[in-house]
Amino acid sequence: MAKMIDRPSGLGVPPSPEFLEQERVWEAASKRGKRRSGPGSGATDRTLSDVPLQTVYSPKDVEHLDLPRDLAWPGQYPYTRGIHPNGYRDRLWTMRQFAGFGSAKQTNERYHFLLAQGQHGLSVAFDMPTLMGYDSDAQQSRGEVGKCGVAIDSLADMETLFDGIDMGDITTSMTINGPAAIAVAQYIAAAEKKGIPRAKLGGTIQADILKEYIAQKEWIFPPRPHMRIIVDMIKFCTAEMPKWNTVSVSGYHIREAGSTAAQELAFTLADGFAYVEACMAAGMDVDSFAPRLSYFFNSHIDFFEEIAKFRAARRIYARHMREKYGAKDPKSWQLRFHTQTAGCSATAQQPENNIVRVAFEAMAAVLGGTQSLHTNSMDEVLALPSEKSVEIALRTQQVLAYETNVTNVVDPLGGSYFVEALTDEMERQAEAYFDQIEEYGGVIEAIESGFFQKEIAEASYRYQRSIEAKDRVIIGVNAFAHDDERIEMDLLKITEEMERAQARSVADVRGSRDNAAVAETLERLQAACRDPKDNLMPHMIDCANAYCTEGEIVEAMVVVYGRYTERSVF
Amino acid sequence: MSEFFAGKPRALARAISWAESGRGAELFHRLYASTGRAQTIGLTGPPGVGKSTLSSALVRKARSLGKSVGVVSVDPTSPFSHGALLGDRIRLTEHFTDREVFIRSMASRGHLGGVAGATIDAVLLMDAFGMDVVLIETVGVGQSEIEVAELAQTVLVALQPGSGDSIQVLKAGIMEIADVFVINKADHPMANQLRREIRSMMEMLSFPGWVPELAMTQALTGQGIDDLWAAIESHAAYLHASGKYGDKLRQTFVHQVRQLALGGLERRLDQRLRETGDTGTDPYVAADRLLETFGVGKE
Amino acid sequence: MARPLRIVIAKAGLDGHDRGAKVIARALRDAGMEVIYTGLFQAPEQIVQTAIQEDADGIGLSILSGAHMTLFPLVVEQLKEQDAGDIVFFGGGTIPPEDAAALKAIGVREIFTPGAPLQSIVDFVERECGRRRELVG
Repeated sequence: MAKMIDRPSGLGVPPSPEFLEQERVWEAASKRGKRRSGPGSGATDRTLSDVPLQTVYSPKDVEHLDLPRDLAWPGQYPYTRGIHPNGYRDRLWTMRQFAGFGSAKQTNERYHFLLAQGQHGLSVAFDMPTLMGYDSDAQQSRGEVGKCGVAIDSLADMETLFDGIDMGDITTSMTINGPAAIAVAQYIAAAEKKGIPRAKLGGTIQADILKEYIAQKEWIFPPRPHMRIIVDMIKFCTAEMPKWNTVSVSGYHIREAGSTAAQELAFTLADGFAYVEACMAAGMDVDSFAPRLSYFFNSHIDFFEEIAKFRAARRIYARHMREKYGAKDPKSWQLRFHTQTAGCSATAQQPENNIVRVAFEAMAAVLGGTQSLHTNSMDEVLALPSEKSVEIALRTQQVLAYETNVTNVVDPLGGSYFVEALTDEMERQAEAYFDQIEEYGGVIEAIESGFFQKEIAEASYRYQRSIEAKDRVIIGVNAFAHDDERIEMDLLKITEEMERAQARSVADVRGSRDNAAVAETLERLQAACRDPKDNLMPHMIDCANAYCTEGEIVEAMVVVYGRYTERSVF
Repeated sequence: MSEFFAGKPRALARAISWAESGRGAELFHRLYASTGRAQTIGLTGPPGVGKSTLSSALVRKARSLGKSVGVVSVDPTSPFSHGALLGDRIRLTEHFTDREVFIRSMASRGHLGGVAGATIDAVLLMDAFGMDVVLIETVGVGQSEIEVAELAQTVLVALQPGSGDSIQVLKAGIMEIADVFVINKADHPMANQLRREIRSMMEMLSFPGWVPELAMTQALTGQGIDDLWAAIESHAAYLHASGKYGDKLRQTFVHQVRQLALGGLERRLDQRLRETGDTGTDPYVAADRLLETFGVGKE
Repeated sequence: MARPLRIVIAKAGLDGHDRGAKVIARALRDAGMEVIYTGLFQAPEQIVQTAIQEDADGIGLSILSGAHMTLFPLVVEQLKEQDAGDIVFFGGGTIPPEDAAALKAIGVREIFTPGAPLQSIVDFVERECGRRRELVG
């Protein structure tokens, strides 16, 4: 997209002869230098994602960039420098720690703790059965209930989850995808039971099903029916919930699955554009829903690569939304994103080192201009975080926000030869991926062909090999490790008793509700599944209010849509 | 052995492993007489056409008719390193705990034709074990389709709409071996076009006996599977009625004997060649001399 | 003809994180083994049936959802029930040290934590499954 321009851009002023002479001197000195060797020295000439790096960057590397076209100012198209004119001076990022485990009651207690410690918004982690659409007493759920998130079987659990919390006052992010629409329905029902109208509800639902097929694998139905569900949900929320972010298009999981930074960037944005296209194909005006799309990225340990990735993301998004999709509202061009520090960079060995990793990754996210941030706890490789370690994770953000002063200047790395060159390179690589996806005929077709999965598997294997060869090292694992390390930590334990209690609780709900209403609402939902013109959301809210369990709702829909199975791609 | 006839799956699994280790001879002395009863179906096609999903649907159909099913899933793409990543079972998950279904994955292990050398053994062992139907599934690369044709009584060739498959069919000589063409993903916009293309190609050839049938399926939803099964049964009936069934069994027998004999010859030949180091003789003379040592005269 | 070692790599329960399992599958393949990948969401009964039908020398199970204390023992139980206890059963995932010790006590041959070098896993499989192959033939 960048082309040579014939006037000074302001970034790469044509170098003077004196400067060129200095460059020659540097080159000669550089050649005389002896590169360091030993473990961890095998990859000094590239990023974590194998993007080639020069030893040093200069004005020549950014000559082709044009200030008004490629950078502009913060809060101006193409938003490379951020979407708000004053950045964090006006408003800090939201500190939003992902939390959830055990029963709704236990998680509710954790939420009260976090809000008291200064967290700004809630983020709900659900357990595997809830994420996959199974009730806590289903055969497939054994051993999994409450283990990696909170178990929400019905509206009753959702009400308990927010007990004593003013749902009209805080924003809530819910990380769930396959049954996302059901979770939203339950959230609305719970709020309205507490007297809070849906129009007042603020928050985000992840609901990004495309990345499930690509990376996280928490799907239920096949891709095309799922897209219909998402479009229905976006339509409904656009009309009835102006403060609600309808999708959190995610790259975090793609990165966790082993992709490179460029793949994370490209695949995430491609998914986002696929949703945009689906909604436009369903007759929606792009400016009506685009402002409420949000994104979710990973922040990994290669500091500058991540910053460049975030900046490139904003620029690519703005350009496509305005030029390709014809959006006219600037809010439709602005990429808003949440970030989580990379779980896959954390180690089980010497877990305290993870605190340090998280601090660097958090800083990259902030220098990249994230709107909201979750920092991982040091013990998450082994278990869900303990109260102590989640507190440290939150304090990490607070030190960053209040002590380091990086928040005082917007896009402080803007104009850096290196960061601008790398930002541009990331954009170029992403565009190349977009072309490849086009050749497959689109995101869904590429998923069905296994394209994304293959790219990720390759990247993941390459990375693992570089670790094995010690070209790259992980402190505490293949360098500076303790041979006889015994990990002693107070880990959070979820007991089997909790699973039994939850199974009893869902049985109670089934026994004490109006089962005629349950049958009726499920039937109407199923009929709506067959009718593309009947929006599913109102039916789901009816089911939620009748205390249908999640498993029952999913089963009713599976009858119409079937269940998805993947091909194996290595 | 007694466990084998008692129907213990472990015994069948171990037997197949024995055959893969080159100890097939010991097994077949005792088991060969029990073979010849199973209905064998070959399924081949390009990657991505949905073969495994089709297999799963066919297994489901066969089970619904009360038949026991063996599936041999061959990956013809891993000859050299002797390692292999076999992932085709994934689509058959729903059948894993069905005692009347036995699924075995095989790598090609250097067999040049692409279909595993021990595949025939596996099929015969499943037959001897008592499976009513044995399904051989493989990706259509190289010569694997032709090989499958030698092993199976009924050959299904799966095709993918919108992928230029019809040209491939013409080029690879598939027309000659397919008993049923399966156009999977029948809901694809180009499915009907593919059907027309296949039909017009068939019109250009003459089929003295069985005319290949064409089935349109959507394996994910099960659409068209009943018709596909009907076509398979129809072909089976044809084989029995026309006396060609015996020919098919003989064809498989000949293929296996040939393979075993050639394998044996090759090994002895290679051994002799290693022993003769002499490059001074003219190669034609050297070859003739070698043949003589095996008792093979001039042509 | 030496038959390569056959290893089943499985994902059980509802956990969809297959990055590690796939990387290990590839490493074992590169080491010359035949790896049968079961795919996601397998029940213990399905895993064991697969191992029996494929005449596997070993089963590697990966669980990152926290459900390991339920699922690993269920596989051990199934293996006993199906008279297949000779198959080398090992695994990995988000498994804290005490849990790993408890699992090894009930018959899981080894638990590999995140960060375990691939080569150590390959060596383990070659050694243990090779031994099993020698015994069983």
